[in-house]
Amino acid sequence: MNDSHTTLAGKLVVLAVAMFGFGFLLVPLYDIFCQVVGIGSRTGTPTAAVVSEEGPDTDRRVIVEFIANRNQQAPWEFRPAVTSMEVMPGKLYDTSYFARNLTKRELVGQAVPSVAPGQANKYFKKTECFCFTSQEFAPEEGRDMGLTFMIDPDLPRHIERVTLAYTFFINQQVAAN
Amino acid sequence: MSATTTHDEHHDDHGPDKGIMRWITTTNHKDIGTLYLFFALAMLFVGGAMSLVIRAELFQPGLQFVNPDFFNQMTTMHALIMVFGMIMPAFVGFANWMVPMMIGAPDMALPRLNNWSFWILPFAGTMLLSTLFMDGGGPASGWTLYPPLVLQTGDALPFAIFAVHLLGVSSIMGAINIIVTIMNMRAPGMTLMKMPLFVWTWLITAYLLIAVMPVLAGGVTMLLTDAFFGTSFFQAAGGGDPVLFQHIFWFFGHPEVYIIILPAFGIISQIIPTFSRKPLFGNDSMIYATASIAFLSFIVWAHHMFTVGMPLAGQLFFMLSTMLIAVPTGVKVFNWTSTMWKGSLSFETPMLFALAFLFLFTIGGFSGLMLAIVPADFQYHDSYFVVAHFHYVLVPGALFGAIAGAYFWMPKWTGHMYNETLGKVHFWLSAIFVNVLFFPQHFLGLAGMPRRIPDYATQFADFNAISTIGAFGFGFTQLLFVYIVIKCVRGGEKATAQVWDGAEGLEWTVPSPAPYHTFEDAPEVR
Repeated sequence: MNDSHTTLAGKLVVLAVAMFGFGFLLVPLYDIFCQVVGIGSRTGTPTAAVVSEEGPDTDRRVIVEFIANRNQQAPWEFRPAVTSMEVMPGKLYDTSYFARNLTKRELVGQAVPSVAPGQANKYFKKTECFCFTSQEFAPEEGRDMGLTFMIDPDLPRHIERVTLAYTFFINQQVAAN
Repeated sequence: MSATTTHDEHHDDHGPDKGIMRWITTTNHKDIGTLYLFFALAMLFVGGAMSLVIRAELFQPGLQFVNPDFFNQMTTMHALIMVFGMIMPAFVGFANWMVPMMIGAPDMALPRLNNWSFWILPFAGTMLLSTLFMDGGGPASGWTLYPPLVLQTGDALPFAIFAVHLLGVSSIMGAINIIVTIMNMRAPGMTLMKMPLFVWTWLITAYLLIAVMPVLAGGVTMLLTDAFFGTSFFQAAGGGDPVLFQHIFWFFGHPEVYIIILPAFGIISQIIPTFSRKPLFGNDSMIYATASIAFLSFIVWAHHMFTVGMPLAGQLFFMLSTMLIAVPTGVKVFNWTSTMWKGSLSFETPMLFALAFLFLFTIGGFSGLMLAIVPADFQYHDSYFVVAHFHYVLVPGALFGAIAGAYFWMPKWTGHMYNETLGKVHFWLSAIFVNVLFFPQHFLGLAGMPRRIPDYATQFADFNAISTIGAFGFGFTQLLFVYIVIKCVRGGEKATAQVWDGAEGLEWTVPSPAPYHTFEDAPEVR
């Protein structure tokens, strides 16, 4: 075998292996990108926002809509207590979602939020949310799960309606442990 | 290597082994090229049969022949087979046959690797096809394999992913071989800028392959660990994001479409000058345009996923960079056209296919520009307009490029002229039916018909019926191509060494059929 062939082929193999690694490097890069622009759901389990109540913006009203989703196979009953609220930016509000385990075994659920339009995502502050932790349900147990949120007064003016959707997944990782 | 031990014999005397072992153990670039080409031809009919299942079901609204789940398996498998099993191996076959002959090299640089990269393919293809018979059927998520949908695949999932891994390994090995051959084995005097365009486009394609196939391998590996090892790259429940997969997939996927089309550009750049009896207009600008397209292909991927939601700046960036690709592509189209300007044109079958390529690929390019416009894309996304767009660039684009190349070099491969009359019949039937097949799909998409559905609203019935007629016409026309190929291999008018009177390049200086070993003594290139 010709040495110069082996050398060049070796370099190209290294390039291919490096690009395989680059595929995995895209994962943290994507996380960083999402954190910077405030989109995506890979930013880890959402944690409580620290908000200082500067006092509500009393001239402004924003409609917040609540949606509950579950995957086809997920054996939950899952719905919001109210489907929409009119809120003042800068003021804390409480609401809740109701979930019931429809099976005869214990289930662990994890709610994953999504805000539309995406631009509003980083202005939707949750100080308390059932989505921060996984939720354990006894067989056929049903309960309300609380949510406290505030719309940041910096929410761009043209956004008058914000939709918060939760998808309630069965958390297999936790269930397996 | 063997030259030292067989110095007492003339090289033309020791031909290939006899029988099946010739093909299994061969390290000859011509044999391996032939294997690749016949494998691709077989897969064209496998993938084509799947598309006819799709079109038969869509002939009328309502469900007639297959259930929706099998329909989805057909759309998925049709794409995977055509992309990884047909068009990519076809162009690797052309590269194997032609690259050493065009640069004056005796063989590929790494012949044993070459044997291996071909022989992986039949096993990978069989494994992929076998998923159709598994519990839960084959993958039905579309060839893009988006999670979470693809994670609902039954037993087929690990097999499909492993098949994708193997196909990727095969094409990476093929690409390494091609780069080493081109960089190290050019005849004296064959400088990089003197290389024929087909060799140039393959050099750039090979780099693209090495850069992006591993990224796809990484992405599908993450799918595998998500499905079986409890990771959460894409599972929202565990803190993952399915959109991440779309980014990884299209980081591979967009360069992939140029991997498919660039070798066709190369073939067309050989054919048009030959039948215009003029050198290629703007040869150097063609090389730079190809390199620019390859570079741009890495920074436009998110135009496939405008509707997932991204910041305005992102949409603008991906829209404008996508439109920028039209500039080097336009350079190529204008150069091909200018090559023909005041040329002494003749219209043999390869030239006819090349001209159809030029017209119809450009239509596909323009519909691509329409899709690049973000506000318009929100309307067209996942509609039949997208299907029409990419089939225009893949079928009368890449596939016609491959067919044109097959007619162009077949006399050199077999030593016989193919039947020109039948070739022209094949061309006209293909050119008419391909438009009957795909043109109405533009209208369907603009009217709002979504892709990947087995049933549709009745207002789409007429155009779907026309499209299906075109599909069956196009499919059966390709049987004529098989007949022409077999007839040409068996016999026909003897071909001269130059074959075409406007042909220039080293491959036309060796006899037809090309001897088993060519350029054992490197030719001098002025």
